[in-house]
Amino acid sequence: MRIKRPYIVLSFHTTLEAMEWEKHCLASRIPGRLIPLPREISAGCGLAWRMLPEEWELWQTKLEGCRFEAVTTVEQ
Amino acid sequence: MIYLDNAATTLCKPPQVEKAMLDALRTAGNPGRGAHEPTLHASRLVYAAREAVAELLHAPDPSCIAFAANATEALNIALAGLLAPGDHVITTVCEHNSVLRPLYRLEEQGAELSFTPVDEKARLQYDQWEKLLRPNTRALVVTGASNVTGNGTDLQKAAQFAHRHGLLFIVDGAQTAGAQPMDVQQLGVDVLCFTGHKALLGPQGTGGLYLRPGLSVAPLLVGGSGVHSFDQHHPTQMPTALEAGTLNVPGLAGLCAGVQWLLEQDVERLAQREAELAALFYEQVRDLPAVKVYGDMTMIPRAPIVSLNIGSEDSARVADILWEEYGICVRAGAHCAPRMHQALGTEEQGVVRFSFSHFNTKEDVLCAAKAVRELAQEI
Repeated sequence: MRIKRPYIVLSFHTTLEAMEWEKHCLASRIPGRLIPLPREISAGCGLAWRMLPEEWELWQTKLEGCRFEAVTTVEQ
Repeated sequence: MIYLDNAATTLCKPPQVEKAMLDALRTAGNPGRGAHEPTLHASRLVYAAREAVAELLHAPDPSCIAFAANATEALNIALAGLLAPGDHVITTVCEHNSVLRPLYRLEEQGAELSFTPVDEKARLQYDQWEKLLRPNTRALVVTGASNVTGNGTDLQKAAQFAHRHGLLFIVDGAQTAGAQPMDVQQLGVDVLCFTGHKALLGPQGTGGLYLRPGLSVAPLLVGGSGVHSFDQHHPTQMPTALEAGTLNVPGLAGLCAGVQWLLEQDVERLAQREAELAALFYEQVRDLPAVKVYGDMTMIPRAPIVSLNIGSEDSARVADILWEEYGICVRAGAHCAPRMHQALGTEEQGVVRFSFSHFNTKEDVLCAAKAVRELAQEI
């Protein structure tokens, strides 16, 4: 299998929240993409947002006020 | 053909509507059921539709909008999900069967109903509301406008009454959503049910409801949600809570295009045009001796509807002649609003309903008026 590396994964309560989040990130040119929810995480929505830890560090202040359920570090 | 049956379904839609539907048919997967591009695209289309409807209704958040197949389904969700045996409901004789039948079913289960009467012009008798109140009154359910007469409900007055007495304020917006400006927050609406295929200019098979944040509705349907697959209970978060099963994505893409077109064009301006067309038609037919027009044409707001009868002629025959000999599409008969017809005394005859769209022209209206004039002389 491929070598895994850590990612920051944000989970959401609903698909609507995930769509809202993606729209905000695309408009603000925040890196990352929607992925299927990894099995390590339990959440209300089957979608999650994955980004590199260094990108999360850089961008998280721009994401204040956005709705999400949890932030988890996942090896993928 | 002159299409004057817009209160049933608007036939003329902006071209963006069918384009959006075709695009969705070709490109959209199942929304909320994965993360490959077609399914994400479907989720984005649904989200865009939710955003557009929320903006049009001035809802605080797109999550307040749950989609359904039509206004009837939305009303069933709202009424069955909010009311229980022992509750008393005040509604009106103007209501469509989409309100009445869910309420009758609740009545059979132990709910109590009271109906606000109308006067000779089919105007609601608001002063009756205080008298209809009971200790167990739980909700006021009103239509935005009668689908028979076009008379509008004073929603400000209704909201004030409901709020004064702590009642749920539930509005059937089948005839008014997209046809008149609406601010659910300013008005303090708890639930507004809408259909997509009338003034919102979307396709049939679309509709939904606005639900005030914090209000919890027991879902009518439970089932596939795309999430929490091992949970025996359906998710409770809005809008997933009220949207079991795969949504009508091509339909919602069309609805989104229709609503975005309305937002660009300005609902108030379009409503003004429709009111002018309805008023022009009314002016042309009002003084014909054999013609009886129902409702109060001076009422503001009102739906762009003029309903009439010619002598004692069966409304179905009049509508058939209008179609066969003049190519004019109207609706005849009982219009699914039995108590309204009882109040008007038109249970047997029905009424011939002319309902206008901003896409109609002055020529359409004058042609229809000429046809009525000719039939009125004949009959």
